[in-house]
Amino acid sequence: MDWLFLTETIISGLMAGVMYSLVALGFVLIFKASGIFNFAQGVMALFAALALYDFLAPEGWFNQLFGFTLPVPIAIVATAGVMVILAWLIERLVLRYLINQEGIILFMATIGLAYVLEGTGDLLFGSDVKPLDIGIPQGAWDYLLDTHGLYIEKLEIFAAITAAILVTVLAIFFQKTRIGRALRAVADDHQAALSVGISLRAIWVIVWAVAGFVALVAGIMWGSKSGVQFSLSLIALKALPVLILGGFTSVPGAIVGGLIIGVGEKLAEIYVGPMVGGAIENWFAYMLALAFLLFRPQGLFGEKIIERV
Amino acid sequence: MRGCTAATTTSRGEGEKMKFAKLTKVALAAAVVAPMLSATVLADLKVPSMDYRTGPYAPNGIPFANGYSDYLSLLNERDGGIEGVKIVNPSCETAYNTKQGVECYEKLKDGALVFQPLSTGITYQLIPRTIVDKVPVYSMGYGRTSAANGKIFPYVFNFPATYWSQATALVQYIADQEGGMDKLKGKKIYLVHHNSAYGKEPIRTLESMAAKYGFTYRSLPVDHPGQEQKATWLQIRREKPDWVLMWGWGVMNQVAVKEAASIRFPMDHFIGVWWSGSENDVLPAGDAADGYLSGAFHAAGAGFPVHADIKKHVYGNGKGKGEIDRVGEVLYNRGMVAAMWTTEAIRNAMKIHGTKDVTGEMVRDGFETLKVDEARLAELGMKDFTYGIQITCENHEGPGKVAVQQWDAKAKKWSMVSKFYEPLRDITGPLIAEDSAAFAKENNITPRDCN
Repeated sequence: MDWLFLTETIISGLMAGVMYSLVALGFVLIFKASGIFNFAQGVMALFAALALYDFLAPEGWFNQLFGFTLPVPIAIVATAGVMVILAWLIERLVLRYLINQEGIILFMATIGLAYVLEGTGDLLFGSDVKPLDIGIPQGAWDYLLDTHGLYIEKLEIFAAITAAILVTVLAIFFQKTRIGRALRAVADDHQAALSVGISLRAIWVIVWAVAGFVALVAGIMWGSKSGVQFSLSLIALKALPVLILGGFTSVPGAIVGGLIIGVGEKLAEIYVGPMVGGAIENWFAYMLALAFLLFRPQGLFGEKIIERV
Repeated sequence: MRGCTAATTTSRGEGEKMKFAKLTKVALAAAVVAPMLSATVLADLKVPSMDYRTGPYAPNGIPFANGYSDYLSLLNERDGGIEGVKIVNPSCETAYNTKQGVECYEKLKDGALVFQPLSTGITYQLIPRTIVDKVPVYSMGYGRTSAANGKIFPYVFNFPATYWSQATALVQYIADQEGGMDKLKGKKIYLVHHNSAYGKEPIRTLESMAAKYGFTYRSLPVDHPGQEQKATWLQIRREKPDWVLMWGWGVMNQVAVKEAASIRFPMDHFIGVWWSGSENDVLPAGDAADGYLSGAFHAAGAGFPVHADIKKHVYGNGKGKGEIDRVGEVLYNRGMVAAMWTTEAIRNAMKIHGTKDVTGEMVRDGFETLKVDEARLAELGMKDFTYGIQITCENHEGPGKVAVQQWDAKAKKWSMVSKFYEPLRDITGPLIAEDSAAFAKENNITPRDCN
């Protein structure tokens, strides 16, 4: 057994898992607060990355309209603003007409939303691959590679640190702020929250805006990795097994689920893949998630919902 | 008042009668004119496009589709079509999805002269249909390699080269760098491929070559769309192959180039198929992509007379499909050269059948006797853009020659760095014969007599 290679595989799996978790987090936030499985989360990551690229690129709309491009930090803030406006529009045009509808109706609405966002992104920003360089370090971590022969990618380390900060901020936001407590109240019981004067619509805008911000972070990381392009919307498929495994309502679940899926699929691809022809990463993630479902249908950290008939 | 009302009623009745008479006349006129109009439409040359301008593969589908359509527009705008007959170019969005592609084919096939599916998966599905519908499929440099055998696949053409020829060309290039074919013994050549019908195409050829020349071969499949390839590249890092070949498409290419750079795999030992060698594939990796190689059967860049004509006659008349500054990109040029060979086949069909009102079946004959030599390329404004081809009843692949191009990250351009390699027919020939014979057996096809 090559232990150094095994270590490298596990670390790379953990790092890839963090990248999946970033996408899964957005799903969890919306599901937690509104019970909606947001099919459009992957497209939101794509849309955010497209908007960010537009603020930075000389050929972007922003430069054509105002004659200058934005520096990276301001562009990120501006994109976060775009995601807040998007959240408001989603509430205003879609969600407010669907209050008290079945979960499946809301889910279908998010499928429609995904198509609308993808088409809008295509119309506004074009379909070509956009190289996103906002100064995130890329390539192998030279020190580890040169001195210890260990390969770890800098982008993924950066993503892991970012995810840790993001989760901490989200935890503080949910636990310590008034809005966070309101969000939790809505998540626990819509009607009870309404009865004490919490505005469901405002909460929905906030939670979709926060999910939009998480989508922006995911879009930046994945866009830096492969360029901003429409296949980014498919990263949602990577988040699904993470959600099944970690639970749809748990932020720590999204992280732990991502890590388990990341490591599991890498180990499977490298050590089992060659025996069965390879390319087992994708379906192995789902198999792993389904195996978990047999023992814990609510996922690792999900809430156990008991419905009396 | 009553009389007045009656008069009004009468006048309304007369008015309606007149309206009815007018409508009848219009309907009669339409009945007379419509067949004439449809006769005009029938006389147009219907060359449909099966595009993918949406979905994860759109960044590659768009430039190809633009090059294809722009060349057809050039002929319409500059020459009044082919031999004076206008070309119509209806398009249908496949999203690189096989099912959608087949639907597009069914939608567009009436009166169509030729299809360019731009997908190996779609091509596989269309092959049996083309025999029934008698419409040729021109899967230029992709699709089912064994369709090169015209005796069994009369309606499919895949010139100027197939994936199997390309695999032999890339291995010859490797051999040249290593010092000769005998130096391949003991080397490790790995293939990273899209886990699809397309990506699996070169495997048998590479296995045969590995057995013959003594190199170690291994294939590493990557699932659609290929956004996450860490496990693949960790294996490459561990096993340290001497050369890596790639049969990728879409985001898979960009991620692979970046991953290869990350593990410090030498870029000049990493060769993509011609579908993994466009600007899109290397730009996201920035300087790290410098030196990356790919197969090619035509030049990159917009420095040929045909490009000047496209800019003048198509974009100058506001009929360009894309942006003028993207004319000359690798995939744009590929679409353009596909349209050139297609329209030359239609021209040839007109010539050999002595009519301008050609059908799909006639265009098939045009393809099968097509000869576009260097002199003709020069007339078309494509001197040294690609090489001359000649198609025969037996050989639908043509010359099968492939060169290698290299990316210069600083100058942001591709340049040819090798000669055009002849395919190793002793490797590909038996494989083509075997695979096409299997298809003939499955479909009860008796091979044609090409003599």
